Amino acid sequence: MSEATPPNGGPGGTAPSVPHPTDEAAVQAAVDAALSAIEAATDLDMLKQARLAHSGEKSPLALANREIGRLDKTEKATAGKLMGGARGRVNKALAARTMVLEEEDAARILIEEAVDVTAAAHRRRAGARHPLSTLQERVSDIFVGMGWEIAEGPEVESEWFNFDALNFAPDHPARDMQDTFFIEPAESHLVMRTHTSPVQIRSMLERDLPVYVLCPGKTFRTDELDATHTPVFHQFEGLAVDKGLTMADLRGTLEHFARQMFGPDAAIRLRPNFFPFTEPSAELDIFHPGAKGGPAWIEWGGCGMVHPNVLRAAGIDPEEYSGFAFGMGIERTLMFRNDVPDMRDMIEGDIRFSEHFGMEI
Amino acid sequence: MRIPLSWLREYAQVPADATAEDVMADLVRVGLEEEDVHRPTDSISGPIVVGRVESLVKEPQTNGKTINWCQVRVVPEGATQDLTHDGIDPSGVQGIVCGAHNFVEGDKVVVTLPGAVLPGDFAISARKTYGHVSAGMIASSRELGIGDDHDGIIVLSRLGLDPEIGSDAMELLGLYDQAAEINVTPDRSYCFSIRGVAREYAHATHTTFTDPAAGVTVPAATGPGYPVRIADDAGAYAAPGCDRFVARTVTGVDASRPTPPWMASRLTLAGMRTISLIVDISNYVMLELGQPLHFYDADVLRGDIVVRRATAGERLRTLDDKQRELDPQDVVIADDRGAIGIAGVMGGTETEVSTSTANVLIEAAHFSPVAVARSRRRHRLPSEASKRFERGVDWEVADEAAQRAVELLVELAGGTAEDTATDEGARPEPRIIDLPEDFASKLIGVDYTPEQVTGTLRDLGATVEQTTAGLRVTAPSWRPDLRIREDLVEEIARLVGYEEIPSTLPVAPPGRGLTRTQQQRRRVLQGLADAGLTEVLSYPFVSLAQNQTFGAATAGTEVAAVKLANPISTEFGFLRTSILPGLLETARRNHSRGFRDLALYEAGLVYLPGETLGTATIPPLGERPADDVLDALDAGLPEQPQHIGAVLFGNDAAPGVGVEPRAHDWASALDVARLVADILGVELVVSQGMHQAFHPGRTARLSLRTGEYVGIAGELHPRLLASSDLPARTVAMELDADTLFAAAADLVVARAISTYPLSTQDVALVVDRDVVAGDVLETLRLGAGELLEDVALFDAYQGPGIEEGKKSLAFGLRFRAEDRTLTADEASASRAAAVAAAAEKFGAVQR
Repeated sequence: MSEATPPNGGPGGTAPSVPHPTDEAAVQAAVDAALSAIEAATDLDMLKQARLAHSGEKSPLALANREIGRLDKTEKATAGKLMGGARGRVNKALAARTMVLEEEDAARILIEEAVDVTAAAHRRRAGARHPLSTLQERVSDIFVGMGWEIAEGPEVESEWFNFDALNFAPDHPARDMQDTFFIEPAESHLVMRTHTSPVQIRSMLERDLPVYVLCPGKTFRTDELDATHTPVFHQFEGLAVDKGLTMADLRGTLEHFARQMFGPDAAIRLRPNFFPFTEPSAELDIFHPGAKGGPAWIEWGGCGMVHPNVLRAAGIDPEEYSGFAFGMGIERTLMFRNDVPDMRDMIEGDIRFSEHFGMEI
Repeated sequence: MRIPLSWLREYAQVPADATAEDVMADLVRVGLEEEDVHRPTDSISGPIVVGRVESLVKEPQTNGKTINWCQVRVVPEGATQDLTHDGIDPSGVQGIVCGAHNFVEGDKVVVTLPGAVLPGDFAISARKTYGHVSAGMIASSRELGIGDDHDGIIVLSRLGLDPEIGSDAMELLGLYDQAAEINVTPDRSYCFSIRGVAREYAHATHTTFTDPAAGVTVPAATGPGYPVRIADDAGAYAAPGCDRFVARTVTGVDASRPTPPWMASRLTLAGMRTISLIVDISNYVMLELGQPLHFYDADVLRGDIVVRRATAGERLRTLDDKQRELDPQDVVIADDRGAIGIAGVMGGTETEVSTSTANVLIEAAHFSPVAVARSRRRHRLPSEASKRFERGVDWEVADEAAQRAVELLVELAGGTAEDTATDEGARPEPRIIDLPEDFASKLIGVDYTPEQVTGTLRDLGATVEQTTAGLRVTAPSWRPDLRIREDLVEEIARLVGYEEIPSTLPVAPPGRGLTRTQQQRRRVLQGLADAGLTEVLSYPFVSLAQNQTFGAATAGTEVAAVKLANPISTEFGFLRTSILPGLLETARRNHSRGFRDLALYEAGLVYLPGETLGTATIPPLGERPADDVLDALDAGLPEQPQHIGAVLFGNDAAPGVGVEPRAHDWASALDVARLVADILGVELVVSQGMHQAFHPGRTARLSLRTGEYVGIAGELHPRLLASSDLPARTVAMELDADTLFAAAADLVVARAISTYPLSTQDVALVVDRDVVAGDVLETLRLGAGELLEDVALFDAYQGPGIEEGKKSLAFGLRFRAEDRTLTADEASASRAAAVAAAAEKFGAVQR
């Protein structure tokens, strides 16, 4: 911005003459000079110079004002009025100009302070939950919302809880199908639990009837790790024991749960199957509307009406009570719900896997 | 179980155009699981036709081989060749070079013509070989994928076949057949047979079923057959190892005859290898009726057959050519020489049938599922027979199966049936189940009509009688799985259809929500993630060395750990006693994948065996054990507390604009432990720690105010890091979460908040370098008295200006009274008292 020289002397000009305080024309000329200098100031520095020159102690108007004291009474009044008006006009102009320039200045500073927000680094990064944990919690929350409770139990379990109490006869082939990890020595009759079903027995033994529990947790089978198998995996199992429960109640519960998990269009299908601990037993398929490659029926888990021997093992009279149970794999659920292609991704602990999911799934 | 459709069609009404997929879909509805589809035409395609060898010229070759240069007629004389593929001769006669020598001029053979494709993507074309253009191939059963016969090509006349020249050999050999493979659940043993699956197919499609067993007429025996004695008195669960033994004899068989193609193709499609005619017949009958058979070479048997338990030290070479030490629990078939077979599992080599066998003794027996299961497991010897016996075989079908085998041996092997028969054993009591009429409706939630209930049960083959108490149902002999009324309910529900079951939502009584511990765990796990750590879940399997390193503070201490009897990897054969080995392995994997800054955590159980491990016996099923028995089961379990661990290395952030990354150090690990405690509202007491896995000078022992040990945090031992491929200065912490959860206050009592002004005073104390700051701080806290609101260490310094061997610790003290504004003198007096306490205890000097 180029600096215009004010017509009647500016900051750098020769000192103007001091008007006589009663000389209206001279005072007006000084005021005009002041106003044009103020008007010409394009930044706060120039305005400061203009203020000094036209309103400061050594300015013509200030010096003229000082002369008033020496005038006689009548002149004093005239001069006072004249000078008061003159200085008032100048001060007002100064104030107005100050406000304008200050605002301009503030705006300029804000512009100068602008940053590139895209360059900012993460200073605080959230970590991530493992999606198997979050999914487990999500499932739990759905059932807690239905009034169920969450039950847990030991992972190294007595064979009785893992098999016999669940009506697995000692020599029945179903027992072999579980690919059990046995604990040494064999005479200890301890196993790594092959399913979370022992927790059902514990729940029935420990709790008052009726029982409505969900049992999520780790389970173990002697499968080598590959794209669809892992020796350590997670299940959740549900158990309800009450008077008059039917397989229709089982279906209703599963349907409700499926819709909470997969949306209002989810549906379930039951197919006959065999499990030692339920009779009748069923395989559970879920109609997954959001499945990769289009809506599809997907094998999800097993379920059925609690076998009377299982109720008896927990001291419950099957003549009086009936129950239903169901169980699903969490890994499997995560695989088809969130399109995880390879089981190993869940196991290896590569942080990219968990971090991709974040805190919620 | 694979079901060839042609076989199924003999006994069930399978539509002519039904595919294996269609059949499977029907079977799935009644509870069989679909597994796979097998279709020979997926890997083989024609033209493959019947041809007649018109001429055969033997041509010795320089390589010592002799080949046959054959002219093979593949369309009848007078007819025109309408196949036009390149290499197919319009004359109807193909010139073919063949290396096999088991045929002569005039034999009818199987010709794969140019354009045909055989299994293994083997395309047939006319090609030059041995100085001729060989336009096709004369096929062996192996080349067609229907047998292992390597002796030569298929000679149709020797199979008793005389098909028209040019007719479709694929049809003749059953290659257009297809099989549905289904998975049979352990309760449905009868579905390990065409008989059982055909019945289920009829149930699924509401069509009629023809029982193959009913089609067999067993003639009355003229007298006792081969002498057999059942002498087993050591049965498990009071059940004898054998309760029926049917024996029949067929003499004068020609065991060298080939297996007819229809049988070979069905067996192959059913997943069995064809071995020899005699063996194939026994397998065929087993697949058809579900009754495993065993054939003995009758001329090799010595004396009576006895079914008994093995004697100590008794040995047997089984058909898989392994010498086996028998167990006194094994049920064996024996003759005068000793054991000749493990009952229901596998026969012995000495009495095995071969292609030279002339006289066959057929065994069709019924063995106890438990005895067979135990022998199979003991000898690790699964077989088609054991698979069926373990799950239960129809007691009644033994004589029909034996008769069917007799008929096939007569028909296909040219034998003569002896008209005597042996049938030892006693028929078991039929299983009678009382079923209240409304029980099915009450359990399923469907109003079944009386017709649906009784009709379904009768369809299964059960007899149903109406009594005053309800229905009295006698289960069919082929359904050993039907024992209780719930079993019958499943049958009714599945045959009426599970899709009929409505949907009702039961209302649980008001629940208590998550337990406090469940909430605590969630908050901690979430809090650590919020703080920037990533949760992982690693396997609990560790090595002996890992447990010894992490399971005890001092090297050389014996660490009690749970050992797996059958680990996936013998190296990692123990259960973890610390959560860190798995976490470190996961950290190492991430590091090897290029992650240089890492913060991981995991929560999981560790397994700490106590004095006793397990229980010597386990209670029986079907009844509630007494309280003391249950207590003993629990007392035998290892302690399994929940631990939380974390591992960190590298920096706490990636470098970036305006970010100064800070390297994780021992204090970062301690910080994570403190964060856990803070989330739970538990105070952690930190003191100098010592652990063989950690840096001896950079380890914090963590305990509760009560002194109870809860964990450790610090830098891992440099030697350990170097040997585990982890970066230097990797730090870790581990906490016993269960102890922390329990230590958290159930109820926080509110404290009065003073609004009087704060008075702050700083103090710098010079102490010996080996005095730990935490102890000084605690002393200041106690010494300052009740006006002290808080004290914190804000600087530690050693170096110029401080005497050698000493260090300066700077503390900020905050004083405040609950009821007044403190005077400067009061605050100074408190500070002086604090300093005096530190001076007394540590010789601390104010700087």
